Amino acid sequence: MIEDTLQSVLHPAGWDAAIIRQFAWVMFAGAAVIFVAVMALLALSLRRHERPVRPMLWIAGGGIAFPLVVLSALLVWSTWRSAQLVPQSSNGALAISVTAKLWWWDVRYRDPESGREIVAANEIHVPVGQAVYVGLNSADVIHSLWIPALAGKRDMIPGRVTGLTLRAEKPGIYRGQCAEYCGAQHARMALQVVALAPADYKAWLARQALPAASPTSPQLERGRAVFLEQRCQSCHTIRGVAETAQLGPDLTHVGSRKEIGAGVLRTHEGTLAGWVADPQAVKPGVFMPAASGIDGASLRALAAYLAHLK
Amino acid sequence: MNSTVPDIFRPSPSHLRLLSVAAFLAFGAGCTERGQAVRVEGGNVDAGKKLVTQYQCGACHAIPGIPAATGDAGPPLDAVGRMNYIAGGIPNQPARLVAFLRDPPALKPGTSMPALGLTEQEARHMAAYLYTLR
Repeated sequence: MIEDTLQSVLHPAGWDAAIIRQFAWVMFAGAAVIFVAVMALLALSLRRHERPVRPMLWIAGGGIAFPLVVLSALLVWSTWRSAQLVPQSSNGALAISVTAKLWWWDVRYRDPESGREIVAANEIHVPVGQAVYVGLNSADVIHSLWIPALAGKRDMIPGRVTGLTLRAEKPGIYRGQCAEYCGAQHARMALQVVALAPADYKAWLARQALPAASPTSPQLERGRAVFLEQRCQSCHTIRGVAETAQLGPDLTHVGSRKEIGAGVLRTHEGTLAGWVADPQAVKPGVFMPAASGIDGASLRALAAYLAHLK
Repeated sequence: MNSTVPDIFRPSPSHLRLLSVAAFLAFGAGCTERGQAVRVEGGNVDAGKKLVTQYQCGACHAIPGIPAATGDAGPPLDAVGRMNYIAGGIPNQPARLVAFLRDPPALKPGTSMPALGLTEQEARHMAAYLYTLR
């Protein structure tokens, strides 16, 4: 069982994030020491002095020599450490494409077996210990991808492909967040990075490559029928059922994802039913309209079917 | 009357008497003074509140005191603790509420509330919490 972790820059689980944290602590500690020293000097200066202070010594020493030495050392050290950051290149890295949309994440993998694209949403699965190049794009406005435990931020700009290399060092689930204000539900545009051991990642990808699970009971059968009757396929794809639309998140394996609505609700039958019935109550402004004219039993069947799509 | 509806929902004078006695016992036992929440045997209010938060009942119900519980697919639960009936006709008694939480369609066919696979214990905690909403 892999663990869910805090969204925190202070608890790095990736190569770059560890370096960034070190920068932050060194800067913070150094600045704190200098601040305390300056305050101490200020306090001393308010006392009466027997001997007059030598202003040139303090100006030349404290004002020029000291910063010159400290900042030069910092420059050398940070340049050396920055050179150890994971190279921002798709060369030799596993490529995953992420497109930000108002207000969710479209995530695409390449199936190594068939070469076909596997579409998922709101979760980026990565193998541990391997550089993963996440190609970034936006379908509408400027967003920004930030997974504090793994790496720095990278803006996602419409019409332009940017990228970010992630390298997770230990298995876990790391929360990420859109870091560029993008509209009413910017705050509820989260995602999870699931870092798996390489073998687990391979197995996971193989399962994602499969088409949607077939219904195994009359209730689930009905759920699938409701999906089509309600025209959910106008926006959503379920591979093996309806594959024409890509406006909303691909639902082929929606039941396998931990959360729906880009981090708004945990996935289970109840939350799926509530979301389908009225997404506007949970995440106002989202493009998905509230269901209308869908009776209770059908709503339950649909929720059960979606939860079954593991 | 639909044959799938349990016998007990069929209103007959003897049933109504029985129900009112049961209701009196249920409420009388837990409610020593006016305004106090009904007690659910084996149910813990704090544990129930946590469960209601974790299961995100707020996806469908507006629940005061639970963060982000703003759903409107189901009825608001702000006064569920003093309602006479739940789900539009089921007497609001601890045993019934617990049973409803565990398997809503079994008590009310046609409801849009799905069974979430709650354990008996989880449902008791949640019911205990729900009775504090009044």
